[in-house]
Amino acid sequence: MDVELRGITKRFGPVVANDGVNLTIRGGEVLGLLGENGAGKSTMMNILSGLYRPDEGEILVNGKAVVFEGPGDGISAGIGMVHQHFMLVPVFTVAENVVLGVEPTGRLDYLDLKTAREQVREINDEYGLEVDPDALIENLPVGIQQRVEILKVLFRSADVLILDEPTAVLTPQEVDEFFEIVKSLRDAGKAIVFITHKLHEILEISDRISVLRGGRITGEGDPKTVTTEELAEMMVGRPVSFEVDKTPSQPGESMLEVRDLVVLRDNDEIAVDHLSLNVRSGEVVGIAGVQGNGQSALVEAITGLTRPVHGEILFQGADITRSSVRARHRMGMAHIPEDRHKSGMISNFTVAENMVLNSYYAPAFSNGPQIDWRRVNQTAAKFCVDFDVRTPSVFLRAGNLSGGNQQKMVVARELERETRLVIAAQPTRGLDVGSIEYIHERLIASRDEGDGVLIVSSELDEIMGLSDRILVMFEGRIVAEFDASKGPVDRNAVGLAMAGAAA
Amino acid sequence: MTVATTNTATASGQKLDVGKQRRARITGAVMIGLALLVLLVLGVDGGEQATFRLSRPTDTWVLPDLVVPAGPFNYVAATVLAFLGARQFLQGGVRWTSLSLGFGLAILVMAFLVWATAGKAFSLTGMLQATMVRAVPIALGGLAGVLCERVAVVNIAIEGMLLAGAFTGALMGSLLGGWGGLVAAVAVGGAFGFFLAALVVTFRMDQIIAGVVINLFVLGLTSYVSSQVFADLRHLNNAPVFRAWKIPVLSDIPVIGPMLFYQNIFVYGALILVAIATYYLFHTRSGLRARAVGEHPRAADTLGVNVYRTRYIHVTLGGMVAGFGGAWFTLGSVGRFDENMTGGRGFIGLAAMIFGRWHPVGALAAALVFGFADSLQQKLALLRTPIPSEFLAMSPYIATIIVVAGLVGKARPPAADGKPYVKE
Repeated sequence: MDVELRGITKRFGPVVANDGVNLTIRGGEVLGLLGENGAGKSTMMNILSGLYRPDEGEILVNGKAVVFEGPGDGISAGIGMVHQHFMLVPVFTVAENVVLGVEPTGRLDYLDLKTAREQVREINDEYGLEVDPDALIENLPVGIQQRVEILKVLFRSADVLILDEPTAVLTPQEVDEFFEIVKSLRDAGKAIVFITHKLHEILEISDRISVLRGGRITGEGDPKTVTTEELAEMMVGRPVSFEVDKTPSQPGESMLEVRDLVVLRDNDEIAVDHLSLNVRSGEVVGIAGVQGNGQSALVEAITGLTRPVHGEILFQGADITRSSVRARHRMGMAHIPEDRHKSGMISNFTVAENMVLNSYYAPAFSNGPQIDWRRVNQTAAKFCVDFDVRTPSVFLRAGNLSGGNQQKMVVARELERETRLVIAAQPTRGLDVGSIEYIHERLIASRDEGDGVLIVSSELDEIMGLSDRILVMFEGRIVAEFDASKGPVDRNAVGLAMAGAAA
Repeated sequence: MTVATTNTATASGQKLDVGKQRRARITGAVMIGLALLVLLVLGVDGGEQATFRLSRPTDTWVLPDLVVPAGPFNYVAATVLAFLGARQFLQGGVRWTSLSLGFGLAILVMAFLVWATAGKAFSLTGMLQATMVRAVPIALGGLAGVLCERVAVVNIAIEGMLLAGAFTGALMGSLLGGWGGLVAAVAVGGAFGFFLAALVVTFRMDQIIAGVVINLFVLGLTSYVSSQVFADLRHLNNAPVFRAWKIPVLSDIPVIGPMLFYQNIFVYGALILVAIATYYLFHTRSGLRARAVGEHPRAADTLGVNVYRTRYIHVTLGGMVAGFGGAWFTLGSVGRFDENMTGGRGFIGLAAMIFGRWHPVGALAAALVFGFADSLQQKLALLRTPIPSEFLAMSPYIATIIVVAGLVGKARPPAADGKPYVKE
């Protein structure tokens, strides 16, 4: 089945998300769609799946123009979408999730799960997906959950599969398995649209590449001839260097020492399992690992947001296991939280207010109970300039900034003071290349000033690029350590450790 | 890859243990405490006998009375409780924690009954029958709650819907007769359900506030009418009562026969509705979709399930069930309406829903526990125990607090419960 987009334009108020986009999708082919966050990829795919209606342009399926009125129309035309955030009911079984909405039934509206299971097995066998139809979703690893999403789309006999950032949640090994599935789908004649911002993946899997920037198609490429540099330039609009410039590290005295730490989750499961690590002054330690292996709990324990049940945390030799969050701040610990919306900023506060969330009480900004707003505003304006936060004014609601500027605001607040230790969790998640480069430079600058830097990220590239030492976390434990100062680290070995093979 | 999988299995097994062990220890400690209570407070000395009547003289098959020596029975009960508690506490017995606790509580209730009955006689059959009757409005309230919360609408307004059903049943029952009153009560309950759905689904009003508003509105309106209008026009508040139907043969089964098969249509209705709701929610296409709406509305929406319509339908159905339950107060029992006569049964229904883990059968079982406590309280007043009956009346609520606070293990509500759904 072939699908063609002609001159698609979509506006949200004054923002033009898609601007005259032309795109052809062909059966038996993988189309790689490359673009940064905010380039308009998701808008375009939501138009294709029927969730949005385009303001201009038309969609042709097998040469005939179609109009989609609602989310069901895309799938009935044979266009299925695998969302970046899975749309699965965790307490349902695989079979229940797959048939939801198109259930086989008997008399009295009886839900025929037996037939459903058989149908799921058939698709399983056809494409080699290997998913147990009776397993509960919440018990399955993400890699398998993703296959369930694919099953759902295939069950509705889709011929076009749109995969939105499908590898974001997978380990490198899972990515390899996933690519095998994509290839088998393609060989079965399905048309695949593979959306991503990861260059090496798009080169590996695509038959054709289209690049989207600022809502327009800015380039097309043949994966056999095009280079990553060329693609990156099309995507960002200027030449990009992927190497983080940094000198060899010169580690000094120990900044952070974690000894035999145990942290529980809310449901009393062990998140961090007798973990020990140390971070020295002047070095970047990166913690690699698939999300959900206890990284968040570890960061929360170090920064004082959770209390560990066992073990101790030393900061510059002093025991801070039971210190308050503010005490840790005052000692020079900076924390860039993993989810800026949840714990990094207050969207309804102004930029200026957000800039002093961790220091409003200091004599510089407060006279007793009264806040000196003039000083706060002046300081915030200076922070914005220093950290390249692009905002028309410090009085703007922080929620109105772009993701990159919000994150730079958080980084500015945390680093614009005397710091000794920087804890950065997913510091560049969902940001554009420009902001990523900037934040990476700043983290390296902190290191060069003699801070200890601990970075937690599920983006292996980020960890590999920044770290002087790489620790791999799996099921609450450090299962492998790699020293990057003595030559390049084997990416494959890190990936294997992330999957728990070294454990 | 095999290595990785086996690793995962053992590690996650260990992870679960920490929490379970702690819970088992707390449970064990509580049970040892209960054993001491039984021993020191309920351990009667002397050779008094507790007599339990298992049948009534008019029954087809008359069973002999069950006679229990009070003192020895309670010493045995205390020993069993202590043993179970110690086992939980010492072993950190990871298995059977909930079961032991349930067993322990059952022993506690038995010990209490034996103590209260010592030297007297007590009709077990009568109490079971009363248990069932008193469980009905709670079970129907709980079932209404299950229907609403399974599609993620928190229905605090069940109390108001019960009251509206009771009022309508009395008024329309007086005018149109019992069946007319019943239909009207169900319709009014459904109307309030639809109104609640409109407030919370379409206008995205806070669900708790919307529920409280409905409760206060119904309470105010019905109280006004009953004190101002019914006081003068008594014939408007004089409805016929549905009598018990005796089901032949089955109602002659000793002990449980009268409880299950010699009741009025509200009891049969509640049992049938629970069975239908269970089949509907867990074995039909519509039920699967409804549960999906409660767990992950966005997923349901992307698969073509109409989230808003599903919520409207189920909240309206819930209202109808509550209206039926409300009619029990007037048409199923006294035939006349009194101010605030539901007395918080709707809220207990919600507790029964949580206790029953959002399952219709669970809600019914929980309602029976509450109904048991309710009827026990009444009977004990007759036995003249030294405990004021008000304290006994509190026991269901204390049980609720213990259960809802999670001693028996965390009950998990539908994931989207209470959250309005906004389409993108």
